[in-house]
Amino acid sequence: MPPPAASARYPSPSQPSGKSEVTDLKSQLRQLAGSRAPGVDDSKRDLFKKVISYMTIGIDVSSVFGEMVMCSATSDIVLKKMCYLYVGNYAKGNPDLSLLTINFLQRDCKDEDPMIRGLALRSLCSLRVPNLVEYLLGPLGSGLKDNNSYVRTIAVTGVLKLYHISASTCIDAEFPATLKSLMLHDSDAQVVANCLAALQEIWSLEASHSEEACREKESLLSKPLIYYFLNRIKEFNEWAQCLILELAVKYVPSDSNDIFDIMNLLEDRLQHANGAVVLATVKVFLQLTLSMTDVHQQVYERIKSPLLTLVSSGSPEQSYAILSHLHLLVVRAPFIFASDYKHFYCQYNEPSYVKKLKLEMLTAIANESNTYEIVTELCEYAANVDIEIARESIRAVGKIALQQYDVNAIVDRLLQFLEMEKDYVTAETLVLVKDLLRKHPQWSHDCISVVGGISSKNIQEPKAKAALIWMLGEYAQDMSDAPYILENLIENWEEEHSAEVRLHLLTAAMKCFFKRAPETQKALGIALAAGIADFHQDVHDRALFYYRVLQYDVHVAERVVSPPQQAVSAFADTQSSEIKDRIFDEFNSLSVIYQKPSYMFTDKEHRGPFEFSDELGNIPITPEASSEIVPAQQYEANDKDLLLSTDEKDDNKGLSSNNGSAYTAPYESSNISSQMQELAISGPAASATTTQSSFDFDDLLGLGLSTASVPTPSPPLLKLNPRASLDPRAFQQKWRQLPISSTQEYSVNPQGIAALTVPQSLIKHMQSHSIHCIASGGQSPNFKFFFFAQKEAEPSDYLTECIINSSSAKAQIKVKADEQSTSQAFATVFETALSKFGMP
Amino acid sequence: MMISQFFVLSQRGDNIVFRDYRAEVPKGSTETFFRKVKFWKEDGNAEAPPIFNVDGVNYFHVKVVGLYFVATTRVNVSPSLVLELLQRIARVIKDYLGVLNEDSFRKNFVLVYELLDEVIDFGYVQTTSTEVLKSYVFNEPILIAPARLQPLDPAAIFTQGSKRMPGTAVTKSVVANDPGGRRREEIFVDIIEKISVTFSSSGYILTSEIDGTIQMKSYLSGNPEIRLALNEDLNIGRGERSVYDYRSSSGSGVILDDCNFHESVRLDSFDLDRTLSLVPPDGEFPVMNYRMTQEFRPPFHVNTLIEEAGRLKAEVIIKIRAEFPSDITANTITIQMPLPNYTSRASFELELGATGQKTDFKETSKMLEWSFKKIVGGAEHTLRAKLTFSQEFHGNITKEAGPVSMTFTIPMYNVSKLQVKYLQIAKNSSSHNPYRWVRYVTQANSYVARI
Repeated sequence: MPPPAASARYPSPSQPSGKSEVTDLKSQLRQLAGSRAPGVDDSKRDLFKKVISYMTIGIDVSSVFGEMVMCSATSDIVLKKMCYLYVGNYAKGNPDLSLLTINFLQRDCKDEDPMIRGLALRSLCSLRVPNLVEYLLGPLGSGLKDNNSYVRTIAVTGVLKLYHISASTCIDAEFPATLKSLMLHDSDAQVVANCLAALQEIWSLEASHSEEACREKESLLSKPLIYYFLNRIKEFNEWAQCLILELAVKYVPSDSNDIFDIMNLLEDRLQHANGAVVLATVKVFLQLTLSMTDVHQQVYERIKSPLLTLVSSGSPEQSYAILSHLHLLVVRAPFIFASDYKHFYCQYNEPSYVKKLKLEMLTAIANESNTYEIVTELCEYAANVDIEIARESIRAVGKIALQQYDVNAIVDRLLQFLEMEKDYVTAETLVLVKDLLRKHPQWSHDCISVVGGISSKNIQEPKAKAALIWMLGEYAQDMSDAPYILENLIENWEEEHSAEVRLHLLTAAMKCFFKRAPETQKALGIALAAGIADFHQDVHDRALFYYRVLQYDVHVAERVVSPPQQAVSAFADTQSSEIKDRIFDEFNSLSVIYQKPSYMFTDKEHRGPFEFSDELGNIPITPEASSEIVPAQQYEANDKDLLLSTDEKDDNKGLSSNNGSAYTAPYESSNISSQMQELAISGPAASATTTQSSFDFDDLLGLGLSTASVPTPSPPLLKLNPRASLDPRAFQQKWRQLPISSTQEYSVNPQGIAALTVPQSLIKHMQSHSIHCIASGGQSPNFKFFFFAQKEAEPSDYLTECIINSSSAKAQIKVKADEQSTSQAFATVFETALSKFGMP
Repeated sequence: MMISQFFVLSQRGDNIVFRDYRAEVPKGSTETFFRKVKFWKEDGNAEAPPIFNVDGVNYFHVKVVGLYFVATTRVNVSPSLVLELLQRIARVIKDYLGVLNEDSFRKNFVLVYELLDEVIDFGYVQTTSTEVLKSYVFNEPILIAPARLQPLDPAAIFTQGSKRMPGTAVTKSVVANDPGGRRREEIFVDIIEKISVTFSSSGYILTSEIDGTIQMKSYLSGNPEIRLALNEDLNIGRGERSVYDYRSSSGSGVILDDCNFHESVRLDSFDLDRTLSLVPPDGEFPVMNYRMTQEFRPPFHVNTLIEEAGRLKAEVIIKIRAEFPSDITANTITIQMPLPNYTSRASFELELGATGQKTDFKETSKMLEWSFKKIVGGAEHTLRAKLTFSQEFHGNITKEAGPVSMTFTIPMYNVSKLQVKYLQIAKNSSSHNPYRWVRYVTQANSYVARI
């Protein structure tokens, strides 16, 4: 069980490599086994210690199993414990040998000393050997009735262990019923707590196939039982209190009196020094008062102070866990925390993970009354020795600037950053100034005069360079040397490694040309030539497109490339409110730390028990997933760049895969379609006047529309193969490789939700539309399905992930396709099929 | 709340103890963990956060005395619970071993396994009370001499998140007997205050906070009840007011923003006479944690001046003044200041006759360091540093250097004025009077002066 890898990686002279030492140990143990000489226990202790130390560092000592068992005939409890530890480690790998141990463990289970009875029972249940379960029943049964509470606590957990080895044996022996009765009547708090933990686990797992277990699980949430626990909560230790509080969260109170009774009972738990108890209590309070707006807000006020105390009293790690929860609350109700902003100032010795959280919180709570102080503080961090934090601080200032109406003072600060002449500060600031100008074009004069003074030679980071170039193009009329700076940059085209920067150069040269043609003409010519010869597809395509559209008509080109700028009113939020709500529902769990709902990082068996093929369980829905889809995203962003001449990429960066809707903001799509319309109308004329008639607008149209997921008016009819087949492995591989071609959210009709109580029915339904299920999982209210379909007569696959939330009646769909051009058509087919689910 | 595995790794990544409770995490988790923590970011020094997920396994860790205490699980558990538990396990082990470090760990790993078996069963926490554990645990600790304790780097105190400090830590196991077989009846109460102050460049206090703990460690036999009386003019709760509105500090007593208590503490008469009563369990534990933003007099005043002196030179002058009574002495004081990137050399000039002071320029991190063995209350010290630059500076030199930060420990001094008025031990058989140690200490947490 201890991974041997660690010791292999760090070989140290003091660590024996194995074989000969183990053989040595074996013979020494054998000598001692039969000995009754005085002091023999001490020698045994030394040897046992050696064995366990080898075990810890990863040396396989399973070969001394027999000798260890022989030596365990002793009354020395320390020796016995070491032996139990050893046996527990190796029994699973040596079922035959385990039989050897059963005898002496069973005997110890009847020992006079309750300590030995308990320890033996614990070891017996920890053997994890399925064919030995019959030997467990007797000792477990008597353990549950033991008059010593130590033995009973161990027996209760033993039942849970048995359940995991053989569920049927455990159920058949009616152990759950015994536990239930113990839970209600035992005098020892720890026995009661263990019963609760064991029953919750057993009944949750059983509930998927047994209605009775379902009822039993529900019965844990009955009013008398909840009050039985809450009334005596102080008898339990702090960890068991957490368990009880987690149970109480799920309780549905009957009326407001009920709610206040519970809150009064738990009020003093908020003063507990253990952060876990406080957070569990906070969760109860928040959930209970969700429907009572006033009280809910009072709860926020009440919990603020205890949480802040926990942040400053624990280790940085504990602070981090509490801060993450405060972060969630701050984002939900920034006004409540607005006057506490000083608590979120960074301390110089805090680890960067704490600082980052605090920066986000400061950003969230900035409002008219505190912005000045917060921004002043953030500006101090910009000079921080930790470059990452300095960057984050500047970004935070920028975000605050974008949130506020009165940005006057902030713009000054940003411009001061540029004067610091630190490369990374300048780089971050340029990106921000660009965003700021997109929202507040009225500031262009102040900004441009400063930006104009920056030497482009000092800017190396692609993002910053792109931002500067964008500004050069956009404000060419205000920056006297814009054409010359661009010319300079264009002359170094070959050395520019970032395609993003080259794309921006093309666009900026165009824009500059429309405003100051004589000065830019030469540079634009060089840029277009270099662009057309560029090996990067996007750069090449954009250059060619510009070239042709210029050839066709300069005025049309200007309208396409450089339409009058509209100010961006709001930048897309990175997370949908539904996801945020779901995280809030999962308060006091890892979802808050990772800032994503549990279905995104927890695998099947730990979310819900119902079937989900093993293979597909491994499909990364975890953080890695977002990094994998980055190329696809960039692709989209670049395409949009092509059409919009503005860089949306930064704003979409945080979007990840789960929120495609932001891409179809009305402003963007209308802009695209109006531009495309224009192109489409003048299309035939263009091909007539230009010599190169191969220019295919339809192609461009299709690309633009499918990636930006603008609904097509009439999708081409798509025929699917009703007998498609795909093996899970191939599915998995494709799912990893393909980019997401569309992400959508549909409402599911109520009949569909009703029919979903039997998830299999959806699978059958979709099959009747030639869409086949390859894996499914989840538990009410969240169901997840993976579907695939194949084009008729063509080996072209469509893969779909479909997450249905039955309480919100929403379905989230992600489609991946071999053939991008028809993926939209497939999505439509899928939606149509899904909308008919549950209909007679 | 299920934990799959618990393990402790050394700084080099060696397994010191490893316990698998539920056999659901694949092999190699210790290595996966260590690699992830070690190489969190290829370039930066950014520390790995205490919680992360690799392939569906959640890893939790806390760092204590340079060791990684790690738990893994696949379940969506309460993060606070696991981190709290890891700290608590470290504390229980320290209670047993007296001194917690890699050496004592390795010598006592069998005892540690024994503890772990009772603390967690099948992933569920059973107890973390040293008191309760005593009746289940039979190995005797092999004690190591406290003298072998490696001196703690002042900064390490914070990275460990421990409120203990060298010099006051009690390095005695709760189960071991003194030489001679008899246990000495004694009880330690430490009032530990970590203070954070940020001074603006003009010397004005921007933020200040005291995070205090009343820590107790009892070696009393027979579990007597203890009464602990605090200042009568103690007030709790100013959370409703905004942070701007500092109450005038003149004569209105000690005002805590908020506090919390150990579960053994009874507050029956707290509202009446500010006394806490409790039956202290064995081992070290915080009786009460408190937080305070009431204005207080910062123990050190720092004044920094940086002046250009020609194109490639500048001079830094740092002055510190100890603002506490002369019968109090601060120790292990370190002052640090980041210098501009292009600083190539720094030469130092201390006042005449300065002793017990050290100066250093850390070439790689461009850090100026000035340290003292001790500083007596009321004293004032000055450092002059002449800097040489490798390139001409442009813009504002003050934006390239600083802020000045300070770490220190001041024994027998607390800034909040919170006091333990008396410590009463209710014991019937008063054959002898137990030793009572009430100690105060103030430590810098984040003590920063901007320039």
